[in-house]
Amino acid sequence: MAAPWPSLRLVAPIWNRSTRGIHHLGGAVDPESNQKKRRTMLQYLSDYFYDVESLRGYFLQNEMDKVHQKNRFRDKEWIRPDKYGHFSQEFWNFSEVPVEAVDASDCVINYEGLENLHLLKELQSLSLQRCPHMDDWCLSRLYPLADSLLELSLAGCPRISERGLACLHHLQNLRRLDISNLPSVSNPGLTQILVEEMLPNCKVVGVDLAEGLKLGPEEQPQDTDRPVPA
Amino acid sequence: VPHTGSTVGRLGEEDINEKLSEIKKKIQSPLHPLYDSSYLPPDHSDVVIVGGGVLGLSVAYWLKKLEKQRGALRVLVVERDLTYSQASSALSLGGIHQQFSLPENIHLSLFSASFLRNINEHLAVVDAPPLDLQFNPLGYLWLASEKDAAAMENNVKVQRQEGAKVCLMSPDQLRNKFPWINTEGVALASYGMEDEGWFDPWCLLQGLRRKVQSMGVLFCQGEVTRFVSSTDRMLTKNHKEVKLKRIYEVHVKMDNSLEYQPVECAIVINAAGAWSAQIAALAGIGKGPPDTLQGTKLPVEPRKRYVYVWHCPQGPGLESPLVADTSGTYFRREGLGSNYLGGRSPTEEEEPDPGNLEVDHDFFQDKVWPHLAQRVPAFETLKVQNAWAGYYDYNTFDQNGVVGPHPLVVNMFFATGFSGHGLQQAPGVGRAVAEMILEGRFQTINLDSFLFSRFYLGEKIQEDNII
Repeated sequence: MAAPWPSLRLVAPIWNRSTRGIHHLGGAVDPESNQKKRRTMLQYLSDYFYDVESLRGYFLQNEMDKVHQKNRFRDKEWIRPDKYGHFSQEFWNFSEVPVEAVDASDCVINYEGLENLHLLKELQSLSLQRCPHMDDWCLSRLYPLADSLLELSLAGCPRISERGLACLHHLQNLRRLDISNLPSVSNPGLTQILVEEMLPNCKVVGVDLAEGLKLGPEEQPQDTDRPVPA
Repeated sequence: VPHTGSTVGRLGEEDINEKLSEIKKKIQSPLHPLYDSSYLPPDHSDVVIVGGGVLGLSVAYWLKKLEKQRGALRVLVVERDLTYSQASSALSLGGIHQQFSLPENIHLSLFSASFLRNINEHLAVVDAPPLDLQFNPLGYLWLASEKDAAAMENNVKVQRQEGAKVCLMSPDQLRNKFPWINTEGVALASYGMEDEGWFDPWCLLQGLRRKVQSMGVLFCQGEVTRFVSSTDRMLTKNHKEVKLKRIYEVHVKMDNSLEYQPVECAIVINAAGAWSAQIAALAGIGKGPPDTLQGTKLPVEPRKRYVYVWHCPQGPGLESPLVADTSGTYFRREGLGSNYLGGRSPTEEEEPDPGNLEVDHDFFQDKVWPHLAQRVPAFETLKVQNAWAGYYDYNTFDQNGVVGPHPLVVNMFFATGFSGHGLQQAPGVGRAVAEMILEGRFQTINLDSFLFSRFYLGEKIQEDNII
């Protein structure tokens, strides 16, 4: 079983609208409200009186309990198969919940299988690490996820080359891309630089650019500008 | 025949001619150590494919793949130049796209894309390494000016209906996505999202050749110089006489020698690319009064096209597709090192002489560079590194392929005339011809509109998106 890879949480989870009603509870919870400089009367009072502060805390706790009651995903961030590889039947209860992240590491998914991902309109993070059948053709199938996809990991896929990585330019909302350990990429350092140029808002992780610099001073730099032979 | 040793002695008494003919017979018997005819094609072959380029090999592959019993067909591929120095397949840019106006072309391209995607399942040979086509899935971007915008929109509708994944872009969207384009004069653009791109045609050619040889197809380096056919006279319903010919022998001349081998055959396939018209003329196609079926020639002729390679460090980035401009100029990126390949199809007046494959560099300076620099301002500072020329098997009638049997020479099948998009349609066309031969009709993709008879009937199936 693949170890769970740390979900990035680049985007703060969007709170249920009803909790906002209590006059911007405690300042620390909602990062966006920190920007607002205006201080309400209640905030002023709770800064000065312990009782008001604890009353606010009590109301907050009530609302949180209500939220957690409705939360069907308690303690379960990821839905995983059990040791026999089967998913539990409870999965069907969640059919209208939008899928946010899919971890398909080490999965033998192929070109036809990726079509199933097109239905996930709110997919934010996709992990295709070490998939043996992922190749350049498959990468050209990821463009329908462009609106929502924020994270993509292709580490360790043996068949992906720099030609497939070029099709990722459709994914303009991508914020994190992992392209480490791609054995078929001919020039990993240069590819990373070109991919970074292609996706300016994205953090591209993968190649240790200092690797090339470990060569001694006598070593000639690699000539990547050679003309193509006819 | 037992070898009786040399016939020395008493030459003066015996007839010399008799002796000589006896010696000749002994030498020609396959058991004699002097006899080696392995370089000659066989005496009989069910199918003779004239031309060993990607179309000929594709037909050979599908014939062997779809034959009813293993070893049912003996196929011989005759190629004049096994180094492929002038073959269009080897010199091609290797692009594949589905942005055509004809539904048949779209289907052929889609079929070929799925063939290439699974190429290692189709062309796997025991103990041989898998093929790496170096496919680049970045798609084609066709730009249209004001007057072509409506036609492009229609075409995209047809393409989408047939299953191609193409999207239309306005000039603003173009500028957003590809900031290095100058959208002046562009009203609309169509961008292929999937199954479009470019690959290495040499790899496909070698892969097909390797597979086809492993399936038992015979290869021969030689030139077809003569067809011997038998004629059959039949009457039409209106009691007009029609002469139907059937080729029963093909004379294959060996390289650099006058020796030829007559190969008895049942079916001949004309996949000779730019030189198909010569092969057709050998079979008597076009010999007759004009405006009759006998007098209709095969309208395929070689047209020279140039491809230039240049280096431009500030050019479009890794994500640039194959851009086909409103002026007919096209270019694509090659590799990671800021190299680009491209060219332009000349107009009818500018057509270069197809006698040789010399490159005209002035053509680039005068006719290609200005358009490139206008469309992509970064290309003003490019430097040409290399160039080559290749032939299009150009169909002067309607720039679309000719597939299927000839109405009068009943056992000659065509697979030629694709005018620059033969490589991308080769797997589909190969399968169509094989189905026509083995089943008698097209099964997967209906190419009835590509038959030879349209030249006589005057039915043009014009394809707009040709570069």
